[in-house]
Amino acid sequence: MVKKYNTPEEAKQDQQYLDTLKELIFQLADDDLLISHRGSEWLGLAPHIEEDVAYSSITQNTMGHAAMLYELLEELGVGKADDLAHLRKPEEYRNARLVERVNGTGDYKENPDYDFGYAIIRNYAYELFKKIRLEALQQSSFVPLADTARKIKREQYYHLYHWEVWIDQLAHSTDEAQKRLNNAIQKTWEDVASLFDLGPKGDQIVEYGLLESGEMLKKKFMDQFKAKMENSGLIWPGEPQPLSETGREGRHSEEFVDALNHLSEVYKMDPQASW
Amino acid sequence: MSKILSSLEEKVRDKVQEVKDPEITSVSLIEMGMLDDIEVNGSKATVKLIPTYLGCPALDMMEKDVVKAVSEIDGIDEVDVIFVKDPIWTSDRITPEGREKLKEFGIAPPPLHAHEQGAWEIECPYCGSTRTVLDNMFGPTACRSIFYCNKCKNPFEAIKPV
Repeated sequence: MVKKYNTPEEAKQDQQYLDTLKELIFQLADDDLLISHRGSEWLGLAPHIEEDVAYSSITQNTMGHAAMLYELLEELGVGKADDLAHLRKPEEYRNARLVERVNGTGDYKENPDYDFGYAIIRNYAYELFKKIRLEALQQSSFVPLADTARKIKREQYYHLYHWEVWIDQLAHSTDEAQKRLNNAIQKTWEDVASLFDLGPKGDQIVEYGLLESGEMLKKKFMDQFKAKMENSGLIWPGEPQPLSETGREGRHSEEFVDALNHLSEVYKMDPQASW
Repeated sequence: MSKILSSLEEKVRDKVQEVKDPEITSVSLIEMGMLDDIEVNGSKATVKLIPTYLGCPALDMMEKDVVKAVSEIDGIDEVDVIFVKDPIWTSDRITPEGREKLKEFGIAPPPLHAHEQGAWEIECPYCGSTRTVLDNMFGPTACRSIFYCNKCKNPFEAIKPV
């Protein structure tokens, strides 16, 4: 039976627990922050207006999830939520590689050549993983995190469903659609292992009952993703390649640094401003 | 909220009842099922609200509106609004009055059965027909979807069940 921590104050009494907890919440918050930043770059560029409304609504909710998680860190005395989102150094971010990748070539303002097939598959993979992770977090030893997970999960149900609808529709439409989805699966698979990595404190995260192991999350993910591919007639890519370097240790791509600079540009002009 | 309120706490509740959802101006925060608790200690009032959607930009406005409204009460000098994590907001928290007022605003109230059990049946808020189809799960705000009524041919919005 693992010990439960009911409040931020209780967690703050135990330094080792606190350090492990902070590491995990940064992973959760930074994943949501980066995937929403990539989602926000699609605004106005989605295939049709209904999709623009839907995708931006999902993105807004997900940014709300990130904000809620940064506020948990604020309650744990780590710093102000807005500062945590905007003012850390690139190597202090803990998101997975998959969520930081660009949407395609070009810039969203100039010649964006974004790949909606990749948007569908990357988001489906992330939301499926997020659902599995949220289910596990509902049993977390840090009770405020378990409550937050329950809350997020109610909204997130619709996000996962949305990307599933696209797969169901497109996988049974044209050869071109099938081909593009299969290419997108290959591309997503280059980074998919980054999701299951719990970082340098992974063992403690599991021992403290904060979250189940990366292997367990991976197994559930693979089973469900594989079933979806088989039902859709898409090509199951098999075991993903192991990671060379990991975002959970703060190692990120150049694309990430660009994204972060862009994301925090306005906030950095005047961090004291009231929004 | 089922506890017995002091007379000052009742005044606070009456003021919170006057605060409307800024994006659905016919429905108050209480009718939306967002009020968790009210406490008055001396001249300090604490209002605990249950946030609807986490990314909802209206939450900040609601907080300011509650502070403003409750501050008007004689005997209250300080107002603290707290968004609680537990309980979580579910669409079945909307009160019967709230459901009626949503319809007046042209928004269908959420179905009362759980959303994970399959398709939901939504009544058109204009003509009451159930011959409606989902047009977009996502609508103009985080909490709403867009529907179309095949009977009266009106598009309308519905509160998403969560």
